[in-house]
Amino acid sequence: MIVTIEHYLVLSAILFIIGAYGVIIRKNLVIVLMSLELMLNSANLAFVAFSKALGNMTGQVFMIMTLTVAAAEVAVGLALVVAIYTHRGTLDIDVLKMLKG
Amino acid sequence: MESVLFYIFAAASVAGALLVVFHKNPIASALSLVLTLFSTAVLFIFLLAHFVAAIQILVYAGAIMVLFMFTVMFLNIREESLKFDAQNLPVKLGVLLLILFIFGYFASIGFKKSFSLNHAASLPESFGTVEGVGEVLFKDYLLPFELTSVLIVVAILGVVAIAKRGTD
Amino acid sequence: MLWVEIGISFVKIALVLFVVLTLVAYLTLAERRISAFIQDRLGPNRVGPFGILQPLADGVKFIFKEDIIPDRANKPFYVMAPALSLVTAIVALAVIPIGKGFNTTLFGLLEDPFYVKLQIADVNAGLLFVLAITSLSVYGVVLGGWSSNSKYSLLGGLRAAAQMISYELSLGLSILGVILLAGSLRLNDIVEAQQKIWFAIPQALGFLVFMVSSFAETNRLPFDLPEAEPEIVAGYHTEYSSMKFAMFFMAEYTHMIVASALMVCLFLGGWYPLPFGGWFGIDIERYWYLPPIVFIGKVFFLLFLFIWVRWTIPRFRYDQVMKLGWKVLFPLGVLNIIVTSAVMVFVYK
Repeated sequence: MIVTIEHYLVLSAILFIIGAYGVIIRKNLVIVLMSLELMLNSANLAFVAFSKALGNMTGQVFMIMTLTVAAAEVAVGLALVVAIYTHRGTLDIDVLKMLKG
Repeated sequence: MESVLFYIFAAASVAGALLVVFHKNPIASALSLVLTLFSTAVLFIFLLAHFVAAIQILVYAGAIMVLFMFTVMFLNIREESLKFDAQNLPVKLGVLLLILFIFGYFASIGFKKSFSLNHAASLPESFGTVEGVGEVLFKDYLLPFELTSVLIVVAILGVVAIAKRGTD
Repeated sequence: MLWVEIGISFVKIALVLFVVLTLVAYLTLAERRISAFIQDRLGPNRVGPFGILQPLADGVKFIFKEDIIPDRANKPFYVMAPALSLVTAIVALAVIPIGKGFNTTLFGLLEDPFYVKLQIADVNAGLLFVLAITSLSVYGVVLGGWSSNSKYSLLGGLRAAAQMISYELSLGLSILGVILLAGSLRLNDIVEAQQKIWFAIPQALGFLVFMVSSFAETNRLPFDLPEAEPEIVAGYHTEYSSMKFAMFFMAEYTHMIVASALMVCLFLGGWYPLPFGGWFGIDIERYWYLPPIVFIGKVFFLLFLFIWVRWTIPRFRYDQVMKLGWKVLFPLGVLNIIVTSAVMVFVYK
């Protein structure tokens, strides 16, 4: 059986859904960040799969850009996590709704 | 041969992803995410993207996830009770609908037009190597690439500002 | 032909595993004998002539010791951590070339001669592969520290994570100068590019940064904060015993071998015997066994250097380690890249 691009796209979709599910369903802020990484990673997989299918390396360049964004996002996100935890003593996103009017 | 390996690593990445979302221990979640990222890197190698695969392990698994584990250990977040915030029915149904929608969307794109993945012979010699990706990156996408460094500088400044405020 | 290739690869893998694990065992003996020499003692000299059977005795002792798993430890991670740490250390050796290669017909079994490379896998981005795999090695230490459920282990694990992330940056930066000069990430190409002159000479600053950073990455003495005995008992492996402890130990020595081999490849001319002049006309295709001897000799010297430094320099304080990494080595690495690329652009065009 030959592996086609559909295989990679379906795998990417599955990973994206699991990540989205985690973002919606989990309460722990750190796990929510991890699920976001999962979603970015699934997008990268689709980019690289298309890059191979189209014989064009732009998809891989996009993957590098996504990686940079992910790194920046994680750095800021985790700094916020540490700040929130030291101030509030919890990472439960149901408790952290101070901005709610 | 390749399809067997594809299914092994695809299964590993899905299993890792499921553990990230459903494991109650944050360190276990982080490690499962490393498993997913590693399997994805192996899939990148099947897609002839060697440079990107190495970068994936180096940056994602080697730096970003270590930062995650450092934070979890530093804050000493212990196992939480496996009580998700989905006790009420509307939220559950909404999530289910969303999942169906996303899956249907992806699948419709995926199956609409069939690209063959098997034309390795027609690909240029430098496909996916450091030289090839570097050429595209620094010829066609130089400005966006330089702009990402601005993004990183902004992120560094933001992190320093947040961290400084905590110590005052 | 494919089966011959696979078979030879397996033989190479088995050979590398055997040699490295034996070398690790004897490095522990070397460490003890050299430290004894430096401190004007005798060291272990009772088991066999000059103590050469000491590693065997140690191994037997490790295997028969009781394997304790702490009551409140996180068992799966506790068991996984030493294995992870050892595997990531060994896998990095797969792309290190110790020589060029030779033709063989397997004693007349094959009709066409088969070219055997003295390297398990010739990866296009070999240097990135080594960096990627060694960057994973922090997981073993961090997991071991976390899963033991002991405060000293946790402190050791935290220190290891912070230290290894910090020094990985300067490690990567110091390598970039070499990549600029060689114009390739293949380790074979990098060694070949040093035929005229070893990169340790034009890249002296990069070599210094790389060496200090690799001492920090291997958690060797001036930087062995993750296992500093006077402060945190034994750091991340406080709770480990028996073979699990031995695996952490073996991982540390394997890391030393990887770091030494990488230094030889990148800066000390790989299999070229002298800083200038290549092989002086010796046909290394014919005398194919000469390059590996030169390479391994250099690795042995660097391993000796690792041990020598350990018993000479005292341990840094933790804030000094962080300061050195971020405020000294990191700017030096950046400076090295700027100067190297400026010279490449303006002098050599």
